[in-house]
Amino acid sequence: MYTKKVLKHFRKPYNYGKIRNPDGIGKVGNIVCGDVMWLYIKIGKNKIKEEIIKDAKFETFGCVAAIATSSVITNLAKGKTLNEAIKITKDEIVKSLGGLPPIKLHCSVLAVDALLEAIYDYLSKRKREIPQELKIQHQRIQKEKQLIEEKYKEWIEAEEMLQRQ
Amino acid sequence: MRKRIYLDYAATTPVDPKVLEKMFPYFSEKFGNTMSLHSFGREAKDSLEESRKVIAGLMGAEPEEVIFTGSATESNNLALKGIAFLNQEKGNHIIISPIEHPCIIETARFLETQGFEVAWLKVDKYGLVNPNDIKKLIKKNTILVSVMHANNEIGTVEPIEEIGKICKEKGVYFHTDATQSFGKIPIDVNKMNIDLLTANSHKMYGPKGAACLFIRKGIKISPILHGGGHESGLRSSTINIPAIVGFAEACRICKKVMKKESKRLVKLRNKLIKGVLEKIPNSHLNGHPEKRLPNNANFWFSFIEGESLVFELDSYRIAASTGSACSSEKLEPSHVLLAIGLEPKEAHGSLRLSLGRWTTEKEINIVLDVLPEIITRLRKISPFKRNL
Repeated sequence: MYTKKVLKHFRKPYNYGKIRNPDGIGKVGNIVCGDVMWLYIKIGKNKIKEEIIKDAKFETFGCVAAIATSSVITNLAKGKTLNEAIKITKDEIVKSLGGLPPIKLHCSVLAVDALLEAIYDYLSKRKREIPQELKIQHQRIQKEKQLIEEKYKEWIEAEEMLQRQ
Repeated sequence: MRKRIYLDYAATTPVDPKVLEKMFPYFSEKFGNTMSLHSFGREAKDSLEESRKVIAGLMGAEPEEVIFTGSATESNNLALKGIAFLNQEKGNHIIISPIEHPCIIETARFLETQGFEVAWLKVDKYGLVNPNDIKKLIKKNTILVSVMHANNEIGTVEPIEEIGKICKEKGVYFHTDATQSFGKIPIDVNKMNIDLLTANSHKMYGPKGAACLFIRKGIKISPILHGGGHESGLRSSTINIPAIVGFAEACRICKKVMKKESKRLVKLRNKLIKGVLEKIPNSHLNGHPEKRLPNNANFWFSFIEGESLVFELDSYRIAASTGSACSSEKLEPSHVLLAIGLEPKEAHGSLRLSLGRWTTEKEINIVLDVLPEIITRLRKISPFKRNL
């Protein structure tokens, strides 16, 4: 069911773990299957002083496809300007994995959402202007997020408490 | 490379080499159709009846009370629909447990669309049905109770003798799906007051494609396959002689080794359960600690997802299965795990390890070495990693 590329990314995922003092965090969950993905970004600048995603890491509670798509999107995002990163599509992720089983396509959406949320988080924390498209996506993701966070309330709270310590 | 370790015997078992040997002549030598009058047909018919005797014997039934089908799914369909459609005048009320295999649950749902009323039982945190609940639910128009003998996911063995007794007293037919238990633990349809029983070959080292339904003498059911009138008119289809001969041989072997083998498996399984719970923090056993199949172990691990776990185990050449939503076609967690009270996030991290005839202590030791490592790795990837 999974391609060799998917299994490769799953067994040796790139970029998993936390970023200390990240510039943005995207926390998303899939209300259908229950997978959870947290994506951290660090922002830097390229040679022509544009803001780019200097580093990206993820933490995922989910299936093979969820972990593989997390690995791919953090790879794809690194080095991209924010505007380029916002434009990464689920199709790109699926393509770079050599395909996903139809039932697992929603995992690639989750990865895209996590990155969008991390960028949104960065921009809004800096009180920067947020592109209209990103705003719309953010509103949609937030609605779904509330439902999933209720499900995982106890686990999330415990984890956040540990991080504050 | 180390040999693969198969711990998914509850999904299906390899065919015992002795069974395979018995089956061979029935493909090209004794290939006859049981309905034919010539010697080819007669020798097939004789083998069919001999097989019936052996299989009936393992459940304490008379040969004529057993009819052959192609799968446990078919037997369960036949039991439920067959009883329902022929007893509509008596009543339309059916009682089902919530942890049945989908082939019971979906058949019951289908019957609901055909004017039958289905009452769904509850189970406790171990997956046990309370026989008193059945007593309370039985109404004047109840025609059938169906509760499985042992659950395929968590291995819990139901109090079917008590349930059978209640059904007998109330004059309601009692069907049990013994797909997972037949050949592994003793079954006596008379002692247990069972009216209909589903058993199947490929979970007990026989071939796929053979199963049976025990129907107590005197109980009438309607067929779901109409045709040439095989199996006393209850299941038309050319008889799959090689598979049935294999099924019978599998029963002979199970009967011979059951006592010793179940003791051996209980020991290995308990070692596995103890080891996992001791070595892996935040690990939990699903199902009953004692009232469970000798070969079943089922866990849930906090903070990780079961499909990932199964694929990780697979990369270590260990075969297992999970009740996680991610592994299901409907993206829903296992109905069994939800019925015993697990939250979806808990069912998400479930793992079933089912042992069998060729499971060795060495294999269990390997699993106990590998599994904690894998779970630590997956928890490192997970946002939730307390107590790492």
